[in-house]
Amino acid sequence: MIFIDADVVTLSRLQFALTALYHFLFVPLTLGLVWMLAVMESVYVMTGREVWKRMVQFWGVLFGINFAMGVATGVTMEFQFGMNWAYYSHYVGDIFGAPLAIEGLMAFFLEATLIGVFFMGWDRISRVKHLLVTWFLALATSLSALWILIANAWMQYPVGAAFNPQTMRMEVTSFSEVFFNPVAQEKFVHTVSAGYVLGAMFVLSISAWYLLRGRNVDFAKRSMTVAASFGLAAALSVVVLGDASGYTVSLNQQMKLAAIEAMWHTEPAPAAFTVLGMPNVERRTTDYALQIPWVMGLIGTRSFDKTMPGIAELVDVAKGRISNGIQAYDAMLVLRHDKDNAPAKAALAEHDKDLGYALLLKKFVDDPRQATPENIQQAADSTIPNVPVLFWSFRIMVACGFYFIALFAFSFWKASKRTLDSQRWYLRLALWSLPLPWLAIELGWIVAEYGRQPWAIDGVLPTALGVSSVSAGQVLTSLGGFVFFYTVLAIVDVVLMLKFTRKGPDGLGIWPQGAGHV
Amino acid sequence: MFDYATLRVIWWALLGILLIGFAIMDGFDFGVAALLKVLGHDNEERKVLLQGIEPTWEGNQVWFIVAGGATFAAWPMLYAVSFSGMYMAIALVLLALILRPVGFKFRDKIHDSRWASLWDWVLVASGLVVMLVSGIAFGNLFLGLPFQFDDDLRMTWHGGFIDLLHPFALLCGLVAVAMLLAHGACWAALKADHVIADRAVRIARWMTLIFAVLYVLAGIWLAYGLAGYAIAGPALTEGASNPLLKQVAIGGSWFASYMQYPWFWTAPLAALIAAVGVQALVGRRNVTGFIASSLMVGGTIASAGFALFPFLLPSSRDPHSSLTVWDASSSRGTLWLMLIATVVLLPIVMAYTSWVYRVMRGRVTLDQVRKGTGGY
Repeated sequence: MIFIDADVVTLSRLQFALTALYHFLFVPLTLGLVWMLAVMESVYVMTGREVWKRMVQFWGVLFGINFAMGVATGVTMEFQFGMNWAYYSHYVGDIFGAPLAIEGLMAFFLEATLIGVFFMGWDRISRVKHLLVTWFLALATSLSALWILIANAWMQYPVGAAFNPQTMRMEVTSFSEVFFNPVAQEKFVHTVSAGYVLGAMFVLSISAWYLLRGRNVDFAKRSMTVAASFGLAAALSVVVLGDASGYTVSLNQQMKLAAIEAMWHTEPAPAAFTVLGMPNVERRTTDYALQIPWVMGLIGTRSFDKTMPGIAELVDVAKGRISNGIQAYDAMLVLRHDKDNAPAKAALAEHDKDLGYALLLKKFVDDPRQATPENIQQAADSTIPNVPVLFWSFRIMVACGFYFIALFAFSFWKASKRTLDSQRWYLRLALWSLPLPWLAIELGWIVAEYGRQPWAIDGVLPTALGVSSVSAGQVLTSLGGFVFFYTVLAIVDVVLMLKFTRKGPDGLGIWPQGAGHV
Repeated sequence: MFDYATLRVIWWALLGILLIGFAIMDGFDFGVAALLKVLGHDNEERKVLLQGIEPTWEGNQVWFIVAGGATFAAWPMLYAVSFSGMYMAIALVLLALILRPVGFKFRDKIHDSRWASLWDWVLVASGLVVMLVSGIAFGNLFLGLPFQFDDDLRMTWHGGFIDLLHPFALLCGLVAVAMLLAHGACWAALKADHVIADRAVRIARWMTLIFAVLYVLAGIWLAYGLAGYAIAGPALTEGASNPLLKQVAIGGSWFASYMQYPWFWTAPLAALIAAVGVQALVGRRNVTGFIASSLMVGGTIASAGFALFPFLLPSSRDPHSSLTVWDASSSRGTLWLMLIATVVLLPIVMAYTSWVYRVMRGRVTLDQVRKGTGGY
């Protein structure tokens, strides 16, 4: 067994988190904005009114800048598995690689091939054909998200695969289970809805700014109307399906759920929901807890009588699984040199679901078979994620979600009454809400992925074992490069976004100067 | 329907097809970008060149993404070992690929000659880096790479970036650069305003000549200067994907597979005949020159893959850790599923890609650029 450098693990994780969070600033905006472009262009083709085409062209400029950043930072994600997570890639590539490859073939190819025609094809193809291009572009971006989330869902809930001692890796047993993973479906709808909320907020906020300045008035009102309707539907969907995904998490990642709720111990059913409080990691209690009776049990179990396991009880479960896992580990070592050994085959077949739990021990002891009871306790304790971070990230995200419903519902009401520009405080509120969907989306990533720790693949492969055999210096060098170049690109991106927003449809010649009406 | 061995051979071929697809489709973008300052003498001329690739480069780059993704899915060990082992080289390529999308998009968003010139240099450098590093990486395959597996199949690498810069590998890097500069010039001859196309024709001719000389030199070096790898004993073509279950002998010839399968010779012959074809056809400034250079690119990459067969990634440190077609693939089920996905989806990709090329066809003229139509 090769000693795994703790610095390499830390740096690789830091690099993954930074590059993923950064990539995830751009992708959700692409996901949302492209559907708004499709809606606007559909109205243009159906009504033939030029203003709608201008809207597509103006929002298209901002979409394009953002799209380039999404593409640039997306390449990193694909490279990174091989560069920093080589053992992960070997260990689960048989399953995890397939959805990524299919994403490229089915979605990203379509998206990237059509984007050029979207921008440069206006005068080269008919209106209807251009509309079709836009629709396929929108479809492809969401399809792309679907396949990425199928891969991600397998990390949360690794169905349809089994360990093969001959090849020392997980291999697929059923692709239909992998592709129709219930976690994938809920994650998909929740994530794309979050992107749609961001896209809607982007259009709503920037349009509100034009109205505050009295510029592009008709243009901005129309844009806001589209954003309000689209945003309301998306915000409702993101919260309702966020709840559904909470339920699905409880099917598999009970520890993640217990950590999000800071449920230190199992409570009698139906459990209370802790609205606010201060999780205390040392004493394993939540101080100053403000609780609503019954709510957690109802959300988590969809019943009045089922209990939800608390962190302490889940640690005990983990201890049992670690003990089983050691037997699987022992059998695996026998099978490696004697592949037909019948008792070992039977032992592995019985306990292979717990093999990953034995691998948790590698952080504390070289050979899991030599583990002491203290090692087992340490490994079981290591299955608890960072409770305060998850507790607060989740609560801020959910609060944002409810705020989005309120804001878009109000906007929708104002749009239908045609009073969008009647109150300046509303326009300011809409403008200053712009960062909130980004905040909620990044926190959502933290809840889902930081909450998955200590696992790379839940119950199968601990994160620390997934790294490459590279030096900390190499990872540090690439990390430094990312920090430098990503910072430069972020500055350029913001400068360009601000420049084109300030110029606006009027300054770009897309729309007549002043508050002109067409 | 297919047994495991056949599926592995099919996926070896598909890996080659995806890499060739990448080199042909994205290769001319890299070539044009690298020649930006040579072919385009002022900002307007460079805009002509860029507008000749901007509508389609994004889709072209997906060939690379898909080749990477398919390697992850079908050859996970190849993906894991090459990306983590050649860490700094891959990081350089990654940097080039990150800067390209924003380079294309941001260049004309601020009207300032220094700004445009900065991004031009970024595009030139990123084009050259990707070509050179890809060629050097390919060259290193024939030298063997310093990696080894333990019993957990965890790989360790015993070398650094500098170790990749062996003279033979550098020669392969130059072959790749000359080849893709020629290929890019053929595209410019087809696509750019005639003033620029004239320059492109001259460059394409010079570069194919240099390519052909270096390519033959590399072949001679490979035949007489480098030891080939071979699987010792019968190859377990249906066996488990575990490289440690075989033995490898070093000291044969890298041309052994050409002796075993004489039809492999069609690849290097095609590359050289196509190089002559470029000389003859590029002056017509139509699609024939570009087809010839595409054939040259495809033949060259295929000839390297054929020579390596059945090896994918030979190990100089511990030869029996070498990855071969027979012991580095995914499970049979994954190869099957990925084959079906590729057979269904790739033709659809090709269909809409050709539609997009038809929509965006036609020479980009200086007049168009001056009028400001067709911008990105």
